[in-house]
Amino acid sequence: MNDTTRATQWIGQSVERLEDPPLVTGRGRFAGDINFSRQLHMRIVRSNHAHGKILSIDTSAAKAVLGVVAVWTAADITDIGPIDFREGPIEKLAPYRQPVLATDKVRYVGDPVAAVFAEDPYVAEDAADLVTMEIEELPPLLDARDAPGEFSPGKDTEATVLYQGYGDVEAVFRDAPHIVELKLTSGRHSGVPLECRGALGRYDASRDQLELHGAAKVPHRNKELIARMLNRPPSSVNCFESHVGGGFGIRGEIYPEDILVCAAALKLERPVKWIEDRREHLIAANHSRNQHHHIRAACNDDGEILAIDDVIHHDNGAYVRTHATRVAMMTCGVLPGPYRVPGAYRAVCHFRLTNKTPAATYRAPGRFETTFVRERLVDAIAHQLNLDPIAVRKRNAVTVDEMPFKRPLEALGEEIHFDSGDYHKLLDQVLEYVEWDKLNADLAARRANGEMVGVGLVMFVEKAGLGPVDGVRIQVDTSGIVEVITGGASIGQGFETVMAQVAAETLGTDYKKMRVIHGQTDRIEHGIGAHASRATVMTASATREAALLVRAKALDVAAELLQAPVDTLDIVDGEVVRRDRPGGPSISLGKIAAALSNTSKTLGGRDPGLSADGYFHVEHQVYPYGNHLAVVKVDPDTGGVQVLRYVIGYDIGRAINPMLVKGQISGGFAQGLGGALLEEFTYNERGDPLAVTFADYLLPSLRETPDVEIILTQDYPSPLNPLGIKGAGESGINGVGGAIASAIDNAIGIPGAVTELPVTPQRLKAILDARLKGRIHG
Amino acid sequence: MTDKLDIILNLNGRDHSIRVEPRKTLVDAIREDCGLTGTHIGCEHGVCGACTVILDGETVRSCLMFAVQAQGKTIRTVEGLADGKTLHPLQRAFMAHHGLQCGFCTPGFLMLAANTLEQHPDIDDEELREVLSSNLCRCTGYQNVVKAVRAAADEMRNPAKNPAN
Repeated sequence: MNDTTRATQWIGQSVERLEDPPLVTGRGRFAGDINFSRQLHMRIVRSNHAHGKILSIDTSAAKAVLGVVAVWTAADITDIGPIDFREGPIEKLAPYRQPVLATDKVRYVGDPVAAVFAEDPYVAEDAADLVTMEIEELPPLLDARDAPGEFSPGKDTEATVLYQGYGDVEAVFRDAPHIVELKLTSGRHSGVPLECRGALGRYDASRDQLELHGAAKVPHRNKELIARMLNRPPSSVNCFESHVGGGFGIRGEIYPEDILVCAAALKLERPVKWIEDRREHLIAANHSRNQHHHIRAACNDDGEILAIDDVIHHDNGAYVRTHATRVAMMTCGVLPGPYRVPGAYRAVCHFRLTNKTPAATYRAPGRFETTFVRERLVDAIAHQLNLDPIAVRKRNAVTVDEMPFKRPLEALGEEIHFDSGDYHKLLDQVLEYVEWDKLNADLAARRANGEMVGVGLVMFVEKAGLGPVDGVRIQVDTSGIVEVITGGASIGQGFETVMAQVAAETLGTDYKKMRVIHGQTDRIEHGIGAHASRATVMTASATREAALLVRAKALDVAAELLQAPVDTLDIVDGEVVRRDRPGGPSISLGKIAAALSNTSKTLGGRDPGLSADGYFHVEHQVYPYGNHLAVVKVDPDTGGVQVLRYVIGYDIGRAINPMLVKGQISGGFAQGLGGALLEEFTYNERGDPLAVTFADYLLPSLRETPDVEIILTQDYPSPLNPLGIKGAGESGINGVGGAIASAIDNAIGIPGAVTELPVTPQRLKAILDARLKGRIHG
Repeated sequence: MTDKLDIILNLNGRDHSIRVEPRKTLVDAIREDCGLTGTHIGCEHGVCGACTVILDGETVRSCLMFAVQAQGKTIRTVEGLADGKTLHPLQRAFMAHHGLQCGFCTPGFLMLAANTLEQHPDIDDEELREVLSSNLCRCTGYQNVVKAVRAAADEMRNPAKNPAN
């Protein structure tokens, strides 16, 4: 099923991006750059209390402000239900969905309570300050490990308990020679794109069309969701994606504000624009990652992991949003990673709500957390059994002979089937690249000289290419420009360039003569979008299918026009030429398109247009894999951690554009670095968020971010798609927490010291101080 | 607060006559009243640098100034960086070295780097990293941003190598 060995012109080339010219000249079009005539500006009034009963809301002063057109509370939109799940109704979780505006209770600081609509954004903000509310405070629930409280009458805050597993866990643990046990916490952080969210609703009564502009990530899915929530036929709703200033999983989901601009556009009969500010973003857009794991492993003397038993408390914040339990369920399924775990496995996840910002997916959801947990566990096994940590990894990692490897656990509703790969080979490549023994000896020598330096390594398996199907329409216009109309989405990752490269390769044209369409629900009926590292695997494969059909049609027409057998023809630089007669007659794709116009005499019995629809179906996701290696230096006085060196080994199957793949990896790494050392949404005991500006929520700057050394291999193209693609988006972030934690342990000489991310200077200083006290008193 | 003032903003060599409230930030005036939306708003408290413009030869955060304070000064934004259709070496280098992904922070980085290289053409790597640490990017991990700025700096010092000349 693979055609990876053929020589290529565009696939595999690090060509410049089609996206860049408008973006470097200030001609991009982000949500905030879109304006419609007579638009209103929306400002949300948010709860300042983490938990409380709404006794009253007074909007009279706000309504009296000149320029204010309307002020809504929940009472004004009783016809609109809570934010629904993307994948459709889930009865058990339905009571935990977020109302568009808070009804009887507020459940986190930032919970939308009212919406002000005004002629000017400054006036909207002034008026929002005049909305007052009486709240009867209730005690906030802030730790998912605490006993559940009441969510609503008859419903407690443990929304559900999830389970994945196999085998007889009790029996394996009873008979195992060693049991290793750890308690670990992954902190609360999130994607935090540089562009805050934005949404514009517009209603065209003349055509009965409702439009959402500023859509991202999953526009086609959101069209369906908006239609469902506003009780409109889907054919009367369209979503439009423009430039998106970073996605990372959190941007582009349907939030209360998206529904409000749509509902207001309908009811107020004017376009409505909402642009989030940074404080709002940090308290209102999805958080992620916050989990507590109590994990045990049953092992043999040689470090073989026979069974794993994990009890997880997943802190989902105040509500269950569009993703439902996706992150928690994924956590349960992917935790074993590259390791065999032959005896038994059990993950029980208490999916709990707290009085904090609701949580959902962030780049590598469930994998950043579980790689940290799993690799901490492997390090602990090595330490407890006095084994080499690399040897323990090799003892447990699935081998190339076991591929494809099936495991009775699921990820995103599919049973996990590792499609291909040699985890041992890549690990050896990374170890050889860094000269592992020498590196360890050098670091040991530096430690002997009083420096706190150390190295850590993790193995991981990613997942990518979520199906089940993607479709692409390709049409060539009479000037020879090729339109590639996809149901995909671009969140800044280079989507247009990658699709253009694949289309150009197949068609025989210049990739720059492409116009790649994404995120426009009125241009193509079906689409899933850009998440789960699916765009290149699924949409590029569909692009290839459509391009093959267009190519066949072009050659068929050219054969007639050039009076030559089809098998003598090729397409070179957009011209159909005779392979057997270089310099002979040729015809351009534009002219072929003209010959296929609906009034053309050469059309014959064909359907008009040089165009075709191509679909690509898959049954399973693909599983790329890799290693992260960190070298760190700890400052014993401050607890600060400097990453001296970072190496990522990754087998991508096949890279369409290696420059973009490496860009994904280094960018993901920087985000992971934030989650490992800097970024944390903290709260005080009243549930007030303490990280509400970029001065409190610390994104890594260049100063903290070393260059990543990337070993990008293409040894195992996926057998599951014709191009062998495996996906790149989440590989750079996956192992950062785990690798840095391990390196810090090594640097400070305390195995298992790091049990919580992020390892802030305060946390690490406390660890170092505790050891010092132990020494003094011990 | 809502009494509006008539002011003139000079952006990229062109005067814009606008009427704004005294409290209107410079970035809002540039974007909304002058229609130049290349300057972006990332945090509104001066940390991220997406709104960086060059004002009388200094890089400033246009979210931390009022429009009225910029009257009588010359302001350069990303829209003025290219010379007609000829891109600035920094713009070309960001494309060649994949120094941008979503592109939201890019105008701020371009203006920060442009002003830095104009004033310190011989800046060394360490100083350059220090300067570029003042803006935030969430997509690239910075290494290609540094590569791009370094390449542009080299080209600007040796214009003979400029492929566009």
